[in-house]
Amino acid sequence: MEQNNVTCFSAEGGNLALVKHVVLILSGKGGVGKSTLTTELALALRHTGKKVGILDVDLCGPSIPRMLGVGRQEVHQCDSGWVPVYTDAQKSLALMSIGFLLEDPDEAVVWRGPKKTALIGQFVSDVAWGELDVLLVDTPPGTSDEHLAVLENLKKQHKVDGAILVTTPQAVSTGDVRREITFCKKTGLSILGIVENMSGFVCPHCSECSNIFSKGGGEELAKLTGSIYLGAVPLDPLLCTSIEEGKDFIQTFPDSATFSAINIIAQTLLTCLQNS
Amino acid sequence: MADVPSDAPQHCPGTSSEQAGKTSSCQGCPNQNLCASGATKAPDPAIEEIAVKMLSVKHKILVLSGKGGVGKSTFSAHLAHALAGDSNKEVALLDVDICGPSIPRIMGVEGEQVHQSGSGWSPVYVEDNLAVMSIGFLLSSPDDAVIWRGPKKNGMIKQFLRDVDWGDLDYLVVDTPPGTSDEHLSIVQYLSSAHIDGAVIITTPQEVSLQDVRKEIRFCRKVKLPIIGVVENMSGFVCPKCKNTSEIFPSTTGGAERMCEEMNLTLLGRIPLDPRIGKSCDEGKSFLAEFPESPAALAYRSVVQSIQAYCLSEGTQGESAD
Repeated sequence: MEQNNVTCFSAEGGNLALVKHVVLILSGKGGVGKSTLTTELALALRHTGKKVGILDVDLCGPSIPRMLGVGRQEVHQCDSGWVPVYTDAQKSLALMSIGFLLEDPDEAVVWRGPKKTALIGQFVSDVAWGELDVLLVDTPPGTSDEHLAVLENLKKQHKVDGAILVTTPQAVSTGDVRREITFCKKTGLSILGIVENMSGFVCPHCSECSNIFSKGGGEELAKLTGSIYLGAVPLDPLLCTSIEEGKDFIQTFPDSATFSAINIIAQTLLTCLQNS
Repeated sequence: MADVPSDAPQHCPGTSSEQAGKTSSCQGCPNQNLCASGATKAPDPAIEEIAVKMLSVKHKILVLSGKGGVGKSTFSAHLAHALAGDSNKEVALLDVDICGPSIPRIMGVEGEQVHQSGSGWSPVYVEDNLAVMSIGFLLSSPDDAVIWRGPKKNGMIKQFLRDVDWGDLDYLVVDTPPGTSDEHLSIVQYLSSAHIDGAVIITTPQEVSLQDVRKEIRFCRKVKLPIIGVVENMSGFVCPKCKNTSEIFPSTTGGAERMCEEMNLTLLGRIPLDPRIGKSCDEGKSFLAEFPESPAALAYRSVVQSIQAYCLSEGTQGESAD
């Protein structure tokens, strides 16, 4: 990390004081697309003119830097703390991830809970986000140290608007997400809604839809738990490739059904945040 | 002493942690002086107890991935089913994913109870020669969340290894959660005096997965855990209607094959995406038994054979820390 004379905005009341809304992206289950959805929601919100930040607290598997195409970046310090990495010159999308603090991208972060808790505490209080409309917090799967740490630290500084829960349609996934819902209830975290990801695959050769990861689980889970169903995002190899290559899917495929699905979720989220 | 004693404060770092007795949470804890003196960082006696227990287990295989959702539990379950296909073999599957225990559902034994007796906890039997243990069996409702910090999870894993009455086993397969954290360190630490044959690493073809899997491989090498090989899961999808193949999870950086070449590892096989796999898991059935002639089942069996060969050969002394 470099210490140089970078000027950043110093906010009274801490580094989250000018952040309007904070939303966690959670799932009990791994590999359902939390990071993908966090990235795509951030891009969709930016597309509507919002200033967005992403805090990536997946310390063992930080995916967001690659997904946004920012790769290896140095993190600079300023008077208020750490300057987030901006994906563009207009500073419309800011990001902080442990991915930026590793000298070697293949280096494993082999930390037990207390050390993870300590870094997450720093991430929450010491990143100089400045003015943001929405801060999205991407999390690893589970209901453990990272989740408790980020929630406890956020609550000290700022209202947490709530969480979006991501699942795939399968029972094996919704089974874990039910436990995540309990985590939210026990910790007093509002559930803004459930997103069903990888919801069907349309064969590009013959247009047959295959339900590779089953069907309907997200909507059933929402009904079962009394949560809002925000919608479904299909399995789209073009989205997977965009994410792999750190490209802006919204700009590359604005007419796709996938973009439409993500946009609806983003709009619903914004409405929900504005009403709360 | 228990890793998190019953009279410890809420954020106890664990008695065997480097921070034991020294964190702000330790203030006022009755064990603080003992922890700070270093007495609790003596080797955990459980390690020797577990080593003795594991003498009756011939082969121990860990299933790992840095990445979530690549199919570790699916693979672990089917590896266990395939190994138990030989009725002369005794097989057990231990699920140490404390927060997201999928194994009971995938093995079709969700809702079963674990019993305690003089010889320890009895695992749940799926077949006469196939036993399963998971925290899932200790939860009373499918909505129960296990909201535990690291030290408490470690304690549970220790109990699973020390207190479950497995009996004599040919194979113990251990399914793990994604990451390189408490659960992974604990499993390796508690089995440190028992010989682990090796780890099977699961990935999907994407760089987003491989990125995390490389970290897992580094972890294995750091803790001197041999790597049996890598399985590339969700490797292509054949449309049931037109039979064309789509790469849903594209291998933009050469997939597992290139990673294995670069890191000097064995690619054990590639398993294609098949909607019937997920469905079998949801229904608690063995995909291998339901669709034995499918391309995915044949791929699974080939991988299992390679793993068996590795375990049985002198190669168990082979790939260690590089």
